[in-house]
Amino acid sequence: MANDAVAVGLEAVVEGARPDVPADLPPPTRRPRAFDDPRGWGRVGRYALLVVISFVVLFPIYTTVIAALKPGDKVLENPLLPDAFTLDVLRDAWSLGHLGRYLANSAVVCIVVTVAQVVTSLLSAYAFAFLRFPGRNALFLAFLATLLVPLEATLVVNFDTIDSLGWLNTYQGLAFPFLATAFGTFLLRQAFLTLPPDLRDAARIDGVGHIGFLRHVAVPLVRPTLGALALFSFLGTWNQYLWPNLIITEQDKNTVQSGLRLLSKSNLDQPNLVMAGTLVAAIPVVIVLLVFQRQLVRGLTAGAVKG
Amino acid sequence: MGDLPIALALLAPSAIILGIFVVYPLGRAVYLGQQRCGTFGGNCTSNGIGQYLDILRSTEFQHALWVTVKFALLTVPAGLVLGVGLAVVADKYLRGMGAFRTIFSSTVATSVAVASLMWLFLLQPSVGALANVGWFNSLFPSVKDPGWLQDPGTALTAVAVSSIWANLGFTFILVTAGLQSIPRELHEAAAVDGAGGARRFWSITVPMLGPNLLFVLIVLTTRAFQAYGEVDLLTDGGPAPYDSTTTLTYFVYGQNSPIRNDAGLQAGTAVLLFIILLGLSAIQLRGLGRRVHYGE
Repeated sequence: MANDAVAVGLEAVVEGARPDVPADLPPPTRRPRAFDDPRGWGRVGRYALLVVISFVVLFPIYTTVIAALKPGDKVLENPLLPDAFTLDVLRDAWSLGHLGRYLANSAVVCIVVTVAQVVTSLLSAYAFAFLRFPGRNALFLAFLATLLVPLEATLVVNFDTIDSLGWLNTYQGLAFPFLATAFGTFLLRQAFLTLPPDLRDAARIDGVGHIGFLRHVAVPLVRPTLGALALFSFLGTWNQYLWPNLIITEQDKNTVQSGLRLLSKSNLDQPNLVMAGTLVAAIPVVIVLLVFQRQLVRGLTAGAVKG
Repeated sequence: MGDLPIALALLAPSAIILGIFVVYPLGRAVYLGQQRCGTFGGNCTSNGIGQYLDILRSTEFQHALWVTVKFALLTVPAGLVLGVGLAVVADKYLRGMGAFRTIFSSTVATSVAVASLMWLFLLQPSVGALANVGWFNSLFPSVKDPGWLQDPGTALTAVAVSSIWANLGFTFILVTAGLQSIPRELHEAAAVDGAGGARRFWSITVPMLGPNLLFVLIVLTTRAFQAYGEVDLLTDGGPAPYDSTTTLTYFVYGQNSPIRNDAGLQAGTAVLLFIILLGLSAIQLRGLGRRVHYGE
């Protein structure tokens, strides 16, 4: 209770101190009209160019949607025209392709990994940003160095590790190697370092411990960065391809990606079934991205900013 | 100093996971990679750096490295130019631009499996979309016979096209964010001084985009060297027997790889891949990094 009261008191400090975190670039909003923005015929030409490019970019997605919604015997007659319609193929892909099962598997693994990465990154980033201890810089560099190691260089041995634990074909096996990330530690440490140092001192004087400070002050202040990290962890895990292919051999343990591979390799003669599966597998990510567009831009650009 | 106990407690979860699943496997891979084993994985003897040199000298490794380099040369420059081009075209004040931006970023939502399967359907010779479009087929007969993914001469390029498309959204978003941070006054002042669009692009846009472009360059190069899913789904490293699309990563992990059951050779090749990537990033950072303008 007392702790909460202090936290409420700190909220005021926090409000006043809300910094402009440089890692948080402005969202892609519309900028004001500038001198060289096209007018008249220039505008018509620009629209034409935009439309043509849009067609090219969307073409593979368009053919996928068309194929997924046409009956099997019509798919190859006019692959570019939506001249027939059925939901049967989607239904088949869902039941024959076990897509519901794959989606559920992916969801479980992604949620576990995302939550774990956010928590472990918060803890270690806090230690690197707010605590003083011998060897801090060296240890931080060691954390950063792990970012240089590509997944491909470690999976040979990680396969043996997971195998010896008896975790092939399990959620633990899919999730465990990815429960921590130096990228998240780095990202959150950068955000923490932009907070005014006085904040921690003020909290200490008020008797707030490290965990209380982390929960009530530091986390609320870096929420945008947290959002970006969570989205990145989620997408990174969702899109994993090589690792599930290595450790999953039982059909019902597949993630969406390794399940799609299975669907494709075992139905080479039924492209519309595979395309229906592809469509179903893509939809969750599209929804997540439409909702979290801002976090995506922030997360992507975080790696490119100075520092 | 008083913070040490709590620091250790806070760092422990990350350190343990990274230790077991990044540091240890790398060290172990370096060790496994220098072993030479019998045909069935037994009788391993230590061969030291000689084993790595043997891998480097093997025709299979050199072939996979050459395929990977070609793949990077096909995907990285084209991906960069297209991404910047799209971003520049969309960097205008127009009604509905938000919708166009969403479309241009859309491929960021596709995983490697989703993107590759979309292109597999487009490019397959018998049951593919393009091969069954009459006018396209008569314009480009090779799409049906032998098929662009089946022809050793075009397979790698076809895989590259799929990869460029899949990465386009990522590049577009990053470059767009960079463009929006360039003050319009810079362009305006230059225009008043008589600089045309092309001049302003090379003298203002490109230098100001420096950090973003460098980052995209490194990410795209790394992705090219790690290309696996697109190869696995589109060509299985083939067409056989030429292995025209067997990239380094596919050589280590692929279903059809000759070293698939030799953990020592897999580990050794993976370590070499790591060293190559490290070297490439260092070269890009050192060579271009000092020319990049990071703002005030």
